[in-house]
Amino acid sequence: MRYLLVEDNSELAEAILKRLAMDGHAIDHAATLAEAEDCLAAASYDLILLDVMLPDGDGREFLSRSRAHLETPVIVLTARAQVSDRVGALDQGADDYITKPFDFSELEARCRAVLRRRGGSARNQIALGAALFDPLAGTLQHDGTTLDLRNREIRLLEIFARHPGQILSKSQVMDHLFSYDAEVTENAIEVYVGRLRRRIAGMGVRIDTVRGLGYRMETDDK
Amino acid sequence: MIHTASIGQRLTLLLAGVAALLSLLSWGMVRSLAAQAAAHTQDNVLAASATTIAETLRSEQGAVRLELPYAAFAMLGAISEDRVYYRVSSGDTVLTGYDDLPAPAPGIMGQVVFDTGRYRGAPIRLASVMRVVLAGADRVVVTVTVAQTRDGVDAVISDISRLAGILSVAFFFVAVALSAIAARMSLRPLNQIAASVSRRGPGDLRPLSRAAPADLAPLLTALNRLMERLRLSLRRSEDFIAEAAHRVRTPLATVRVQAEIALRTVSDETEKERLRRIIRAVDESARSAGQLLDHATVAYRVEELARDRLNLAELAAQSAAGMEPTASMREIHLALDLTPAQVRGDAVLLDSAIRNVLDNAIKYSAEDTTVTLKVETVGSNAHLRVLDEGPGLGDGPKELLMERFQRGGNIAGVIGSGLGLTIASEVLRAHGGHIELHNNENGSGACVTLVLPLA
Repeated sequence: MRYLLVEDNSELAEAILKRLAMDGHAIDHAATLAEAEDCLAAASYDLILLDVMLPDGDGREFLSRSRAHLETPVIVLTARAQVSDRVGALDQGADDYITKPFDFSELEARCRAVLRRRGGSARNQIALGAALFDPLAGTLQHDGTTLDLRNREIRLLEIFARHPGQILSKSQVMDHLFSYDAEVTENAIEVYVGRLRRRIAGMGVRIDTVRGLGYRMETDDK
Repeated sequence: MIHTASIGQRLTLLLAGVAALLSLLSWGMVRSLAAQAAAHTQDNVLAASATTIAETLRSEQGAVRLELPYAAFAMLGAISEDRVYYRVSSGDTVLTGYDDLPAPAPGIMGQVVFDTGRYRGAPIRLASVMRVVLAGADRVVVTVTVAQTRDGVDAVISDISRLAGILSVAFFFVAVALSAIAARMSLRPLNQIAASVSRRGPGDLRPLSRAAPADLAPLLTALNRLMERLRLSLRRSEDFIAEAAHRVRTPLATVRVQAEIALRTVSDETEKERLRRIIRAVDESARSAGQLLDHATVAYRVEELARDRLNLAELAAQSAAGMEPTASMREIHLALDLTPAQVRGDAVLLDSAIRNVLDNAIKYSAEDTTVTLKVETVGSNAHLRVLDEGPGLGDGPKELLMERFQRGGNIAGVIGSGLGLTIASEVLRAHGGHIELHNNENGSGACVTLVLPLA
């Protein structure tokens, strides 16, 4: 995924950049609307994360100005949970909004919802054994059929797909899977891993339990 | 508030005083006019009578002779039963009549002179006329005086003044009644303004635009200025809260992202737990700030409540779509069961109410459960129900949950500020609706119903 982040607070921007990079996304940063225009002229993005209050103007005005020629979906970042703010942003062509501070898995969920509404994009598909996994659409294609996955299944499969052959600890999996306010037992992870194993059964890929260490995804032919 | 006598009472009292004065004045005027008229009539008759007597004077063999004409007295008898006195004299010699009848002051020859006096214990009116009679070679000046008591005149005057008195009293009472009506009518615009101010909702600070008499314009202007000031100060505090939220939440966002990054990079389990705690604390304060802001926004928007025609089912579908990613994070399925229901209101506020209720349901539900959103019409109301499969609302009084910062007794471990239901409840109240809270009858879970009157 290639993101464009338009955010003037350098501390926050740096942190978001780093966090998205950890998930393997490419991300460009613009601190002003003018920089954002330059970025958009130079490259194409899957998604724009747009702050509302910027030094050279209001993000919402930028939206209504550029919506006509801009096809990239936009998620507005706002510090005001204010309802009028949100409706204003949606009216002016934002696809969704998220309030600061946000949970990255919620941001991902919203991005996924937006991209799914916009029809997804083929370049994000990952081959898993005999199946094609589209983390944005949340689908698994195998043998001519398309399987819709649920949120946790997508996230679980995504972390395994991004680290093929590596051992992932239960703690790593847990942080990727649950928001931090939920009291999660390791047992819950076993439940989800068990569910995902049934979903991918027969697709030429499997999740092994590595006793005392965690889990590892392997393709059958290896 | 200190109550002084009402303007209406004061005005009525003042007008009644004026009416009393006018009644008294008109009574006095009628009385004096009547007295004048009666006296004038008596004077005319007295004058005529004196003149008639004077004209019968003639000289006969050098002496003045007089034949009292009957007509002269008949005239006087015609107007009343009063006693009549007369005297005809020449110098100090009384030719005929009552010797002791007082003589009026001498006047000009041939002209009638009037006077009032007392005779035999009664007030009398006198008229006298002088005439020159040629008696042989002498010119003799003869004075004829006719007098009459005043009983008849007084009777006429007292009759008329009694009648005038009755009329004046009647006039007074009619005037008082009219004053009371006039006072009430002139106070009506004031009462109407008072009524239109007190009819307003608690947050309605629009200027008063009703037409009012020019006298009330200063009051209206002052009232409108006060409301404008109030509105500005509300708006300022709203802007202040928004700005504060922005200032607080951006650094919080940085803290949260940094904590997430750290959580990914450290491997020590105690440190991880520490980081999770940081994230939970950030979420809690962000949530409180957000709901405080929402609360302020609702308070502000209610003041100028939009009354658009809305399909509650469509609105609910949109709100649910907005909450879908949040629900999917907890593997909660949002089930929709929507029948169209037209209502009137502010889409932004209603959306905020629905989201707050949905957010509660999602937050308190176990993972892998279903939250159902239902819209239906019941009688003359639209019902929007949010049913969850969570722990329910506990056994405490449910109304308390709608008060600020009140949270249920069975929700340990869930982040919340206790403002969600308060916000929703305020929105519903502004729309003439209300919220009902129940525990589900079949099985566990809570049912929150937003009741709105149909358009």
